[in-house]
Amino acid sequence: MRGMTAILKKEFKAYWISPMGYIYLVVFLSLTMWIFFRGFFIINQANIRTFFSILPWVFLLFIPAITMRLWTEERRLGTLELILTLPVKDHEVLFGKFLAAYLFLIISLILTLPLPISVSLIGNLDWGQVITSYIGALLLGGAYLSIGIFASSISFNQIVSFILGAVFIFLLYLIGMQWILMTFPPKIAAVLQYLGLGYHYEGIIRGVLDIRDILYYLSVMAIFLYLNLRSIEIWRLGG
Amino acid sequence: MIEVLNLKKRFATAVALDGVSFSVQKGEVLGFLGPNGAGKTTTMRIITGFLIPDEGTVKVGEYDVLEHPLEVKRLIGYLPEDNPIYQEMRVNEFLNFVAEIRGLTGAEKRAAIERVIETTGLESKYKKTIETLSKGYKQRVGLAQALLHDPEILILDEPTTGLDPSQIVEIRRLIKDLGKEKTIVLSTHILPEVQVTASRVTIINQGKIVAQGTLEELTQKAAEGESTYVELRANPEDVEQTFSSVPWIERFQRVEERDGVYRWAVRGPEGQDIRENLFKLAVEKNWTLLELWRERATLEEIFLHLTTEEVPA
Ligand SMILES: Nc1ncnc2c1ncn2[C@@H]1O[C@H](COP(=O)(O)OP(=O)(O)OP(=O)(O)O)[C@@H](O)[C@H]1O
Ligand SMILES: [Mg+2]
Repeated sequence: MRGMTAILKKEFKAYWISPMGYIYLVVFLSLTMWIFFRGFFIINQANIRTFFSILPWVFLLFIPAITMRLWTEERRLGTLELILTLPVKDHEVLFGKFLAAYLFLIISLILTLPLPISVSLIGNLDWGQVITSYIGALLLGGAYLSIGIFASSISFNQIVSFILGAVFIFLLYLIGMQWILMTFPPKIAAVLQYLGLGYHYEGIIRGVLDIRDILYYLSVMAIFLYLNLRSIEIWRLGG
Repeated sequence: MIEVLNLKKRFATAVALDGVSFSVQKGEVLGFLGPNGAGKTTTMRIITGFLIPDEGTVKVGEYDVLEHPLEVKRLIGYLPEDNPIYQEMRVNEFLNFVAEIRGLTGAEKRAAIERVIETTGLESKYKKTIETLSKGYKQRVGLAQALLHDPEILILDEPTTGLDPSQIVEIRRLIKDLGKEKTIVLSTHILPEVQVTASRVTIINQGKIVAQGTLEELTQKAAEGESTYVELRANPEDVEQTFSSVPWIERFQRVEERDGVYRWAVRGPEGQDIRENLFKLAVEKNWTLLELWRERATLEEIFLHLTTEEVPA
């Protein structure tokens, strides 16, 4: 636990040592705000749904950016050897990194709270649905994070890690989208839809937090974190 | 303290270790000597639990590194090759981070950091960002990191490579001091390093151990490798027939000939100086003695010889 906490602290601090963390936040916030307020003034409707429905697409670029460094940098600089020869278990290192990125994501989402607050000042707002949607965003974001951090474990170059992360997320999102599903027979389409990253989130932001949706995102996280542990094993074998 | 048994490690492109065995006693400073690509780093990475071997075992203290990696890692302080550290951190931040992973907290942690800062002479660089330090100071930060938990064992992979001569002297002095109380394995590809710091030497080449012993033993062995050279103007057949018949010549070889002058390398019994005998023999046989000298193989030559010779596969 102590080892994991130390890694978490170090990785979380790393976001603020360089300007990158601030840049990500500013870009993330201005992008979401801009898209939201554009819809807000054009449709003239106080609907926070707009914000949550564009979030998967903003995350698609935002999350690989916050995970791309996590393993790639350690491997490129050789500090991986330092970390993996300290008395800390591989999965503790992994969780420390994962949770640090999660914490960064949580802070980013907290900083979007002015959106629902300003909506609630103008019209009436269903806070229950907003909270459910934020939980959905955290689950979706967690799944993205696990994919992004895995992507950073299979490349020596941050840009490549970023692209791989975004591509993996995009593909897993794509298989659940209507226009893809139409090309498959209904039975397969139903399965694919269920596997897609977006389907469950769309359910959640409609206001229904189903346990199966939660389990889906937790499973995605478990699978990619497991794959990440396999990457570490392969490094230890000298690959 | 460290027991390495029959390590084998093959990478996609190369066989790095081909049955490496050696042991390090408590309190010993072992110089792990070998040319580039010999397998030093690979061996150290296996001992420290960074790499898993294809075959073989490593025991550190009473723990097998594959079965109890965490226990082994607690016993060891490791300075990897090229000293990988987080350049963007400050010295104190970095040491704090490693101390926390090592499970140190509160006053104990602060005391440990203070102690290693003092040991490695980093007092004036405590608050500096690591990337702004000179190479020598970075190396001290790497050493400080390895010393935080006051380990019984230090494993240092080429700790002076890339430093300027005065920094080399300082780091070596530091290692020598540490060697008074710790078990140290120190890798290097240059002989003087082990002559200065180590009490025992293991020489590795192409993934195999080719020699080991104390410096005295190896120097002794080197002396055994001495040859006496004799240059004569005489009938070579006659000379060689005589050489074969005298009891104090064990081996000889004609190494040069030109214009009726011949040179032989002659080996006597171990540790015996045969120059006088050769002189008397030449006088007795009426050979014209032009030159007579002895060449002692130095430790350098032994090292060079051991590590440039092709090891049969
Ligand atoms: N991760 C790896 N993948 C592939 N080959 C490797 C790897 N690590 C080492 N090797 C190869 O294994 C052999 C031994 O390398 P090693 O780094 O252990 O040697 P070394 O004695 O430390 O050399 P140097 O003095 O250059 O540091 C070399 O041929 C090297 O190219
Ligand atoms: Mg090496």
